[in-house]
Amino acid sequence: MSCRASLGVLMKEAREIIGICQDEVRHSIVNSIYQSAESIAAGTVSSKAGKNMDWDRRIDRVLTSPVWGFPIMFGMLTVILWMTITGANIPSAILAQGLFWIEERLTELFIAVGAPAWLHGFLVLGVYRGAAWVVSVMLPPMAIFFPLFTLLEDLGYLPRVAFNLDRFFKGAGAHGKQALTMSMGFGCNAAGVIACRIIDSPRERLIATLTNSFVPCNGRFPTLIALATVFVGSSAASMSSAAAALSVAGLVVFGIAITLLISWLLTKTLLKGIPSSFTLELPPYRKPQIVQVIVRSVLDRIIFVLTRAVIIAAPAGGIVWILANTMIGDTSILAALAGWLDPFARHLGLDGFILLAFILGLPANEIVFPILIMSYVSGGVMMELDSLEALRRLLVDQHGWTWLTALCTMLFVLCHWPCGTTLFTIQREQRSWYWMAVAAVIPTVVGIVVCITVNYLVRALGLI
Amino acid sequence: MGLTYQSVGIPATREMFNVKVTDNRSVIALAGNPNTGKSTLFNALTGLRQHTGNWPGKTVLQSKGSFIYKGREYTVVDLPGTYSLLANSVEEQVARDFICFAKPDTTVVVVDATCLERNLNLVLQVMEITEKVIVCVNLIDEARRKKLNVDIQKLSELLGIPAVATAACTGEGLPQLLDLISQVVCGDLKPKPKLVHYSSELENAISKLEPKIKEVLGAELNSRWVALRLLEGDKTLIESLEKFYSQEMIKATREVLA
Amino acid sequence: MSAKDSVVLSDMKPGSRGKVVRISAKGPLRRRILDMGLVSGVEINVKGVAPLGDPMEILVRGYSLSLRKQEAAEIHVEVM
Repeated sequence: MSCRASLGVLMKEAREIIGICQDEVRHSIVNSIYQSAESIAAGTVSSKAGKNMDWDRRIDRVLTSPVWGFPIMFGMLTVILWMTITGANIPSAILAQGLFWIEERLTELFIAVGAPAWLHGFLVLGVYRGAAWVVSVMLPPMAIFFPLFTLLEDLGYLPRVAFNLDRFFKGAGAHGKQALTMSMGFGCNAAGVIACRIIDSPRERLIATLTNSFVPCNGRFPTLIALATVFVGSSAASMSSAAAALSVAGLVVFGIAITLLISWLLTKTLLKGIPSSFTLELPPYRKPQIVQVIVRSVLDRIIFVLTRAVIIAAPAGGIVWILANTMIGDTSILAALAGWLDPFARHLGLDGFILLAFILGLPANEIVFPILIMSYVSGGVMMELDSLEALRRLLVDQHGWTWLTALCTMLFVLCHWPCGTTLFTIQREQRSWYWMAVAAVIPTVVGIVVCITVNYLVRALGLI
Repeated sequence: MGLTYQSVGIPATREMFNVKVTDNRSVIALAGNPNTGKSTLFNALTGLRQHTGNWPGKTVLQSKGSFIYKGREYTVVDLPGTYSLLANSVEEQVARDFICFAKPDTTVVVVDATCLERNLNLVLQVMEITEKVIVCVNLIDEARRKKLNVDIQKLSELLGIPAVATAACTGEGLPQLLDLISQVVCGDLKPKPKLVHYSSELENAISKLEPKIKEVLGAELNSRWVALRLLEGDKTLIESLEKFYSQEMIKATREVLA
Repeated sequence: MSAKDSVVLSDMKPGSRGKVVRISAKGPLRRRILDMGLVSGVEINVKGVAPLGDPMEILVRGYSLSLRKQEAAEIHVEVM
């Protein structure tokens, strides 16, 4: 007889001894514990305060009000994005200038020692440039967005977001805490997937896991921001960054809508079931330790980006350079691959290079855009890419981008397979290759459908 | 019963929680409700940098860190934030299993000074499993701001365990906490938890069950606490027992029941 | 206490107060509700509802708790 069996016997005995149902026992136990807690608290806590304060309640009344609740949420998101866009421009330009200045010096050094051209190309134009691009394009927005978001989190606002949005999630057959896992996804989808553990029901946890990548993570935000700035924000000077911020915020809302739609579809098909409970503590608002949070999360981001630049972007840069400079006949491998993808990519409103960049960017989303730029640049004229204007010239003048190309690219950034790290995390969390594959297929199919629809709709309506 | 606990002096099950088992290293568990500043305290103790948020479920991964105090090395395990240990969720089960089976040398229950009543629920539950408990009344600065006064001395008397007031973000009260931890670990200070009294029918049933539980489990687990779990029909505990105690346990049980 | 004195929590208006008299939920939901401190006799205070009318926010044992109306319908309260 095993321990399980003998305790099982005891449990049966226990049931006979007590003679009342186990739910009653639990109630009685919890009741007694809370009664003790009550009396101990009453004996130790004394309040000198009047009944006049309750700030939390007043703040809650505004932040979760039927009229202001949603506009405030959208407004906060837009303001954070706007601060990111305006704040990132200058450090981005400085970093780019600095890093490309170093690149020139490196080039001179390679020439001075008479190193072969391919070595210079691989190391400087590939490896170094890959890392430099990730640092200059990705770092500033991340280092601004992430601390701001962390502040909101520490303030106690995020549980209120879950509270406000719960009705939608309930309608979709999902859990209200999914809003919290999505918030984590803004930082990093892999973290968002791990955060899904806070959802107790396995069915709802899986729904949250499979849809987490519809929230653009920190590796994708800078791409969205760069494209929005170039294509939306280039018109008027003063309103430009606000317009760019609004468009990215709109895209985030679109991502949330897709999340709800897919969650609902999953509830109706693969993951049938009824929504479980939603009991969530709404913690009191607390003044965050502003300086500490900012310093810590900026440092965090810098370390994060630099590490990824070395581990992922630098090798990827090398590979892209090799692909772009190894010739088969009279075209490079890169151009050949892009050409092969091009017909399909055109249906999506993209081109072969863009789709190839997404595929090569599987290890990490933040290298997608740098890879794209590198593959555009390496095929043609060398140019200094130290300003958004230069980026605009590269995309529009040299590679024929229209606002529709930008829109489709942004939509595809929002909806495509999760990065390698996230997929790996999903596999580990769910212990299932099947669900990992589903997690990759769903956003990819959504992305393809959305891009094709938008592309053909816009053309059919003659908007372009 | 020749269980490994007695023979080595350190619970063998601790290894199953990936806690390094050495003689001169003590294990401290941090338990507490979400939003009590538990992770901030964890950072303050270990100096380990990690982001701490204030919504439920932030510490989804068990974080581990260590510190040295008065020449002794301590491993700190930050348990998932839970409201109870009654195993309603994965997190609660993780926290409960750690306290039950890894047998930390001291469990520090972090409570929110501004919301003591609600937080004491967990303290009282932890006290039923282990005697080595310290209650750490955190966010005391917040309570002061809200003009709440918590009588720490009285709290300690009523609970029968050491209590300390802290403000983890400013470091207030940390020296006292460290001192209490080391005293409890070394055995200089022996907490005598004053346990919750249940209804007379429950207490009767508990006293009937306790001897039988002792026969099966020996001194491994607190028999009063196990009796309560059996009475409410908690099957997850039996599953965990199976998981953490190996063949040896089963063999011993077989002999007893033969 | 007769049943007609009590209402279900989901029917209570923001700003109203009451005392829990009975939890009619069963199984895991019951356990979850109990663990959050909602046991018979405890005083609660309805703080408000979400913009779309569900879930609701209540004050119990000095902290704010959010519940879906569906769950609140299992909690019987004597209005004070």
